[in-house]
Amino acid sequence: MTTNFDVNSVRDDFPILKQQVNGNRLVYLDNGATSQKPQSVIDAIVEYYETTNSNVHRGVHTMSQQATDGYEGARSKVRKFLNASKDKEIIFTRNTTEGVNLVAHSYGRKNIGPGDDIIVSNMEHHSNIVPWQMLCEENGANLKVVPIDDSGELVMDEYQKLLSPRTKLVSITHVSNALGTILPAKQIVQMAHSYGAPVLLDGAQAVPHMPVDVQDLDCDFYVFSGHKLFGPTGIGILYGKENYLESMPPFLGGGDMIKSVTFEKTLYNDLPYKFEGGTPDISGAIGLGAAIDYVNSLGFDQITAHEDALLQYGTEALESIAGVHIVGTAARKAGILSFVMDMAHPHDIGTILDEQGIAIRTGHHCAQPVMQRFQIPATARASLAFYNTKEDIDALVKGIDRVIEVFS
Amino acid sequence: MSGLNDLYQEILLEHNSKPRNFKSLEDANQISEGYNPLCGDQITLALKVVDGVIDDVGFQGSGCAISRASASMMTQSIKGQSVEHAEHIFDAFHNMIIEPEGEIDLDLLGDLETLSGVNEYPTRIKCAILAWHTMKAALDGDAQVTTE
Repeated sequence: MTTNFDVNSVRDDFPILKQQVNGNRLVYLDNGATSQKPQSVIDAIVEYYETTNSNVHRGVHTMSQQATDGYEGARSKVRKFLNASKDKEIIFTRNTTEGVNLVAHSYGRKNIGPGDDIIVSNMEHHSNIVPWQMLCEENGANLKVVPIDDSGELVMDEYQKLLSPRTKLVSITHVSNALGTILPAKQIVQMAHSYGAPVLLDGAQAVPHMPVDVQDLDCDFYVFSGHKLFGPTGIGILYGKENYLESMPPFLGGGDMIKSVTFEKTLYNDLPYKFEGGTPDISGAIGLGAAIDYVNSLGFDQITAHEDALLQYGTEALESIAGVHIVGTAARKAGILSFVMDMAHPHDIGTILDEQGIAIRTGHHCAQPVMQRFQIPATARASLAFYNTKEDIDALVKGIDRVIEVFS
Repeated sequence: MSGLNDLYQEILLEHNSKPRNFKSLEDANQISEGYNPLCGDQITLALKVVDGVIDDVGFQGSGCAISRASASMMTQSIKGQSVEHAEHIFDAFHNMIIEPEGEIDLDLLGDLETLSGVNEYPTRIKCAILAWHTMKAALDGDAQVTTE
């Protein structure tokens, strides 16, 4: 752990962490579901509504220009954050789910047809399964699934076997939300490209934990949600390579995505506006920009070092408790400790931990195929952020001891 | 921690570890499957109803301690009872779990009163009532039911 990362001063930036829940210090270990927001993000949103609120790209008045500057400024921050080459490759969406659906509707409907293959993995979130199933049902394409092994790693040999000239898209998670596995994204992209297939990476669980360079990854689409990256809910990002986005039809028709409208012919707007029909979530974009500023102020060197140490500490702590089994033991993981207990169902674990102020997620984590793969109905999942501490892990361990006490 | 002790009473934990009527029923004539999509709990409830009386009952599936104990205790309470009586127990149980100040009809509910603590845990109410809605669906001739 780097010495100049002061987790206590970081925690001071997050007002919600000072709360008590059920008479105990809040131990927030549900960051995989959503992350908490630093004061600077909350302030940026409040400031926008107190001083700037206006619609973007329209008015000639001063505040409208300021709102547009704030909104477009946030786009540039996202572009730098992902190391994309152009601002117009950054599309604001509502969330990861909308990003995937946009690509399925716009790219998929135009380019994927009967007999074509779409490849996903066995560890996708439902949001990276269902849009493709819907497309396959509509267009007669086939959904192919890359299996995972007992540790939660993608079986790369099987992936290689599934790739063929029929492969028209590979859509795979960068980090598994249920298991924490970091996938070899760059290699996945290279292999798909050798068959001419573009790749969408679901970065929802990756961006809060590691630096992402879309040019280095060479992925064709990258999607994530602002709210898991310490920004507000309701704002998400689709990165797409310019040549793909240019060739794709719009997703939502309406205001802002057009150049001119007559009843005879409508001209669509340029990128990125072609994909941003209707008034966008302006304060959300500005809040996301502030969140990126905050993450950059800490730096991923420090974030990753702190979280890796915490993940290792937590893994060892859980492994040392008899009757607790970690689900997802890949060599490279980020932020996720999914586990089951011999004597208690995850829901009972969740309720007993909550009584002690410890927030975790229990259930299938919107990844039922993962549960089926491991033949379990659900897991208890503690998911980390940079503001978590060893004390949080110690509280989790103490909480699990209490579960054992109740059930024995 | 009194809330937790009220929730996980000894009798509930005992039913969880040794559920009654946890079996498939070869000669069942009314079967329903219950599923809670939110958490993945699922139950198959099989009834053998003869002349308006629940002659035998069996359940299978997976779920948390609360859903399992609730299912186990339910099967005990309805086995050998008339369908009409089982529906009365359903109503009494439903009131106890859902209504904040619901009256507890001890005559009808007996040991099921143990589950009244669930009332204070809104996120767990669905766990407790899954088996009951499945039983109701089986009696009504519905093959599937979900609680959300």
